[in-house]
Amino acid sequence: METALTRTKSQLWSGGKSPYNVSYGKLMMWFFLMSDSFTFGAFLISYGSIRFSLNNWVDHNYVFNKFPLTGEANLPLAFVSLMTFILIFSSVTMVLAVHEGHKMNKKGVEKWMILTILGGLAFLTCQAWEWTHLITSRHKVLVDGVIQYWGTTTSHNPWGPHVMFNGEMVATPGPVAFGGYFFGITGFHGFHVFSGVVINLVMLIKTKIGDFQKRGHYEMIEKAGLYWHFVDLVWVFVFLCFYLI
Amino acid sequence: MNNDEVIHETPLVVHDLGHEAHTHHHKETFITKYVFSQDHKMISKQFLITGIIWAVIGGLFSVIFRLQLGYPDQTFPFLEDILGHWGKGGKIDPEFYYALVTMHGTILVFFVLTAGLSGTFSNFLIPLQAGARDMASPFLNMLSYWFFFLSSVIMFSSLFVQTGPASGGWTIYPPLSALGEASDGAKMGMDLWLASIAMFIISVLLGGLNYISTILNMRTKGMSMTRMPLTIWAFFFTAVLGVLSFPVLLSAVVLLLFDRHLGTSFYLSDIVINGKILPNQGGSPILFQHLFWFLGHPEVYIIALPAMGITSEVISVNSRKPIFGYMAMVGSFFAIASLSFMVWAHHMFVTGMNPFLGSFFVLLTLLIAVPSAIKVFNWLTTLWKGNIRFTPAMLFAIGFVSLFISGGLTGIWLGNSSLDIHLHDTYFVIAHFHLVMGVASMFGMFAGIYHWYPKMYGRYMNNTLAYIHFWVTIAGAYCIFWPMHYEGLAGMPRRYYDFSNWESFKMFGGLNEFISVVAMIVFSVQLLFIFNFFYSIFKGRKVTTTNPWGANTLEWTTPIRPGHGNWPGEIPEVHRWAYDYGKDGRDFIPQTEPVGADEQRH
Repeated sequence: METALTRTKSQLWSGGKSPYNVSYGKLMMWFFLMSDSFTFGAFLISYGSIRFSLNNWVDHNYVFNKFPLTGEANLPLAFVSLMTFILIFSSVTMVLAVHEGHKMNKKGVEKWMILTILGGLAFLTCQAWEWTHLITSRHKVLVDGVIQYWGTTTSHNPWGPHVMFNGEMVATPGPVAFGGYFFGITGFHGFHVFSGVVINLVMLIKTKIGDFQKRGHYEMIEKAGLYWHFVDLVWVFVFLCFYLI
Repeated sequence: MNNDEVIHETPLVVHDLGHEAHTHHHKETFITKYVFSQDHKMISKQFLITGIIWAVIGGLFSVIFRLQLGYPDQTFPFLEDILGHWGKGGKIDPEFYYALVTMHGTILVFFVLTAGLSGTFSNFLIPLQAGARDMASPFLNMLSYWFFFLSSVIMFSSLFVQTGPASGGWTIYPPLSALGEASDGAKMGMDLWLASIAMFIISVLLGGLNYISTILNMRTKGMSMTRMPLTIWAFFFTAVLGVLSFPVLLSAVVLLLFDRHLGTSFYLSDIVINGKILPNQGGSPILFQHLFWFLGHPEVYIIALPAMGITSEVISVNSRKPIFGYMAMVGSFFAIASLSFMVWAHHMFVTGMNPFLGSFFVLLTLLIAVPSAIKVFNWLTTLWKGNIRFTPAMLFAIGFVSLFISGGLTGIWLGNSSLDIHLHDTYFVIAHFHLVMGVASMFGMFAGIYHWYPKMYGRYMNNTLAYIHFWVTIAGAYCIFWPMHYEGLAGMPRRYYDFSNWESFKMFGGLNEFISVVAMIVFSVQLLFIFNFFYSIFKGRKVTTTNPWGANTLEWTTPIRPGHGNWPGEIPEVHRWAYDYGKDGRDFIPQTEPVGADEQRH
C-alpha cells in the first residue's frame, strides 16, 4: 500500500498487494457468499434427508398448477416458470448495470438498476401471490373418516395419497414436512431477494447522487451484483428441489 | 486502478501521516476511542474484557454446581440469598442445576473461548503481525464486536427471566429444546438462547470475513504467506472454520425456532407430552444433531487453533530458537482444519447411526491424531535444548502443551465407536474435553495475555501473582479433571444432579468433594489474575523498550503505545521469516532486517 512499492506480477503472494488483484470488499463478498451457501446447503440437505425418509411426498404438477387470473385452468409449473424467468431476467439487467458502470455511464447504470429492482419486486409479488394461494385455497381432505377442507400450511398438508371414499377419490393428509420446508426455504430465499432489493435501492440512490462518479469507479454496483447473482443461483437450486424433483 | 485503490477502496485516515511521529492527528472523542472504536487494538481489548466478564460468570456457575456435586446432602443458606427461588432452603433447584450446566457450557464455549480468544487475538495480532494499518474493514470489525455485545446482552438477560435460562445442555438437543412444555428451561430462556446465538453467528461471520481478507490482501511488502508467524496462520484457519461452520448452526437455529413457534415439524415426530399427543409428524431430532455437530466439531478447533498459534509463537520466542518444522506446522493446521469438517458424527455414535458409517468417522477422527501429534512433537523439539526463559507466558504455553497431550490422548479412546458405547455421556468425556480444549485453550489465552500485555497496555503484569496463578491453575486443573477419568470409566454419567442414590457411585462421594474444593481454589486464583490484569492497566511496571521479549515479529517495531494506524511512518518492509532466533551467533534478527550477503539460509 505504500507508494514506494514495486509491482512485479511474478510475486503475487509476497505481500504489499492483493494476490487476486481484488479489493478487500469483493473478497469479503465472495467469502460471505460461500458462507451463505453453507446456510442454504444445510437447509436443502435437511430437506432432502427428511423427504427421502418419508414414504410419499406431494405431486408438484398438482400442487403448483394455478396461474393468477386464469381461474381453475390446469397449468402445471407455469407460474413458477414465470417467476424463474423474472428472476433470471433481473440478473441480466444487473449484468448490464455492472457493464455500464465499467464504462462510467451514470445514466445507463440508473436505467438497468431500476429494471433490476423492478424485477426483484415482481418476483417478491409473485411469491406473495403463490404463498397466499397455497395457504388460503381449500382442498378436500379425508381426515379420520370425515371430509375437511384444508389449506397448505406449516402444519397441514392436503396433498397426500388419494383413497376411495363414498364413491369418489379423496386426498388424505400428506407429510407436514412439505409445508415446513417449502415455506421455510422459499421464505429464507425470499428474504434474501428482499434484502437484495434493498441493497440495489441503496446502490441506485448512491448512483443518482453521483457518489460513484466521484469515487471514479462503480465497484459497489459490482459487489451488489455478486450478491444478486448469488440469490439467483440459489433460486435455481430451490426451484430444482421443490418444483422439479 | 492502481494497487493502492485496489486494496483500500476508501483511503484510510492514517494514509496522509507522512513522517509525523504523532499518530493521533484525527480527532478522537471518548465515544470514538473507547466505545464505537474502529481501531483493531481497541476492539480487541473490548473483546478481551467482555470475555473476562463472561469467564467470571461462567466460572462462578461451575463453582455453584460443584457445590451441589461435592456436598449433595448439605444446604448452603447463602444460595437462597443470591439465587432466590432457585436456591430454596439453601439447595439448588434441580431444574436450575441443569440450567447452570447449560449456561456454563454455552458461555465458556462461545463467549469466552470463541469471542474472547479468537476475537481478542485475531483482532490484535493480525494487523500488527502481518503489517497492516488496521483490518480490511474497520467498520465491519466494529460491528462484529457490537453484534457480540448484543448477543451477550440477550444471553445475560436470559439469566433473569422467571423460568430461568436455557437448559438441556449447551447442545440444546430437540425435542426437549423445541417444546416449551418440556421444561422451564425450554421456555423463554431457550428463545433468548437461540436469538443470542443468531447474533453471535453474525458477529463471528463479520469478524471472520475481515480476518481472512486482511491476511490475504493486506500483508506488508515482503510478508509472503510462508513468512507469516504461526499465530497468523492459526487465526486464518480459525476464521475459515468459523465462516464455513457457523452458517450451518444458523440453519439449525432457524429451523428450531420455526419448530418452537410456527408449528413446523423439522425435528419433531410422534411425541406425547404431559399425556397430550402432539400433531407433529415426520421430523427427526437426529437431523438437529447432524446440523449442530457440523458446527460443533469445527468449533472445537475454532477454540483450539488460536491457542496453538499463540503457543507456537510464545514457545519459539522464549526458547530463543526457531520453531521446529514451520511448514509441518502450517500443513498440520491445514490438515486439522480440513479433517474437522469430516468427523462430526463421532459425537453421535450412540444415536442409532449405522455402525458401518460410524467406522468411517472413526477412521477420520483418529486421523486427526496425526497432525496433532506433529504439532506436539514440534513444540517439544522447539523446547529441546532451548535457552528457555520461564516467563509467565512461557509457563502457560508449556502448560498448554502438557494439557493438550493429556487431554488429546483420551480423544483416541473416545474416537472409537465401540469404546464410545461405554464412555459416551460419562465424566470421561467431561475430563477429555475440559483438558484438551477447555483448560488448554484457556492456557493459550493466558499465554497470549501475559505475552502481549506489554503491547496492549504499555505495562507489564505482576510476575509474582502470575507465577502463583500458573502453578495453582495447572495443579488444580489436573486435580479436578484427572479423577474424572476414573469416575467416567466407572460409568458415572454427566449432567446428573445427585449421585448419592446409586450404590455404584457412592464410592466417589469423597472424590467429588475433593474436586469441588479444588475447583473453588482454582476459581479464586483466577480472581487473582483478574485483579492483576486490571491493576496492571493502571499501576503496572511501565514498558521502556519497544521490544521487551527480543522477538522478531512486526508488532514489536511499533511505538510502545501505538496509535490508530500502528506505525507512525511507513509500514516496515519484511525480509525474512519470523523465526530467526539464535542464528549466526545472534540472539534474534527482526523480520525487518534485510538478509545479509554471507548469512546462512535457514
